[in-house]
Amino acid sequence: MSRPDFGQVLSFRQLVITLTLGWLTLMVIAPHALVIMTSFMTPDTEHLAVWPLSLESYSKVLQPIYFDVFFHSLWLSAVATLVCLLIGYPFAYILAKQPPWLRAVLLVLMMVPFWTNSLIRTYAIKLILGKKGLINSLLVSTGIIEQPITMLYTEFAVIVGLVYVLLPFMVLPLIASFEKLSADLSEASKDLGANAAQRFIHIVLPLTAPGIIAGCLIVFLPAMGMFYVADLLGGAKNLLLGNVIKNQFLVVRDWPFGSAFSITLIVMMAAMLWLYVLANRFVQRRGGLDDENL
Amino acid sequence: MMRIFKVLLVALVFVYLYAPIVVLVVNSFNKSKYGYKWSGFSWKWYEKLLANDTLLTAFTHSATIALLAATAAALIGTLMALAIYRYRFRFKRAASSALFVVMMSPDIVLAITFLVLFVALGMQLGFWTLLLAHITFCLPFVVITVYAQLKGFDTHLIEAAQDLGASEWHTFRTILLPLLLPSVLAGWLLSFTLSLDDVIISSFVTGPDYDVLPIRVFSMVKVGVSPEVNVLATLLLAISVISLIIFSLLVRRKVT
Repeated sequence: MSRPDFGQVLSFRQLVITLTLGWLTLMVIAPHALVIMTSFMTPDTEHLAVWPLSLESYSKVLQPIYFDVFFHSLWLSAVATLVCLLIGYPFAYILAKQPPWLRAVLLVLMMVPFWTNSLIRTYAIKLILGKKGLINSLLVSTGIIEQPITMLYTEFAVIVGLVYVLLPFMVLPLIASFEKLSADLSEASKDLGANAAQRFIHIVLPLTAPGIIAGCLIVFLPAMGMFYVADLLGGAKNLLLGNVIKNQFLVVRDWPFGSAFSITLIVMMAAMLWLYVLANRFVQRRGGLDDENL
Repeated sequence: MMRIFKVLLVALVFVYLYAPIVVLVVNSFNKSKYGYKWSGFSWKWYEKLLANDTLLTAFTHSATIALLAATAAALIGTLMALAIYRYRFRFKRAASSALFVVMMSPDIVLAITFLVLFVALGMQLGFWTLLLAHITFCLPFVVITVYAQLKGFDTHLIEAAQDLGASEWHTFRTILLPLLLPSVLAGWLLSFTLSLDDVIISSFVTGPDYDVLPIRVFSMVKVGVSPEVNVLATLLLAISVISLIIFSLLVRRKVT
């Protein structure tokens, strides 16, 4: 291969590599390192975070008040993820079985709401669940109930909001794994005498496990941060991790504590991603699928 | 029986996804402020929105950021995809891991990392901080879109060009870029929508000088009902549907 203008080759190449590494170092790696550092510093009203280093913020995370908030937030996000899975799994299964054109149409229809502002969509949920909202006025005017039901500012409302905003994120990876599922395997096991339940437990479920875990991760992780859903629909009692972090950073201004909370979230995220990688390997070994993703 | 169940499930999911949006669109034309009952067609909320300067300014700011961030992310992301696809260099794995972290991290985590960085650098929160943050969180989505197309690329074309003496830059500009255009544009549109939709990161990295849409909308809807938001939602929905149509056309062209 002839390379007449070697100098120029190097310069474009170097420019591209420098840009890539430079941008990611400055905007991704350095900020993460700074947050880790801040989480070990001492809070200060004037300078936000000062030396000396301490573990105080982490011990604060473990204090009962915050620990409760932490678990309540985990619980809300976990329930929302489970609901997404329970709706999304059969939905994705049905979609994956449709002829390609219909599947494409249904997918686009699912994505249209997803492409509009999620804050405004959360506000729309508020209009529907309110005391004089769509559901209550329908139920009252048809005489099914006499008094409007309280739905807004409850755990139920937060979960409805989270599921609404995040459902497509669950469905997409699930559809991908259903598409990869070969019908031959199911038929072979049918010929060998497996019934529907056995086929589901021994074939469909293990082979779609990566899709299930990917979907759960993509729903669960952002769910914990969506402070605006909790703010608009949850009232004061139903906080998410995002509300605590936002509050520590923008209102209380205890940055080390806010950082420690975020680091806890990051560590949890890393553990879950690790689990995902393990599950993926496991399925590849057992099912012999060629999964090139990730 | 099974069939009825399937149709019912799909129908219910779509009712769930569309009911809130229908409520917004219908109420944007509703005369009554509270929108619990239909009290006649009216353009009055559209007129009110046009007279609401703070909201319009915030919208212009958000649209400006989305346009600039999407364009910059499309350019930088394409170069990053190229670097990862074509070149071997030190810390390449670290670079792809960093992109993966940005894609997987919850927005709230990215938001505080950006905030801590900008404050540590002593930057005034506003236009520039917002732009840098938005470019960064859009980047991985451009990289994976462009990288996916690069993977299916006929490498003979690149080799032929270089055998004929084209420089690396020349090969990129005259061969790779034109052929990659559909995925670059798809990445641009994805970034534009992501940027316009962002609430969490924007609330952390902008300051009082540069008010953006999610913050303004948030303060309007937090206390009560606000019909102008319905109008805004309808307009944003129209923009999204149009971009979605363009996006799907681009993706279809890429496949064939």
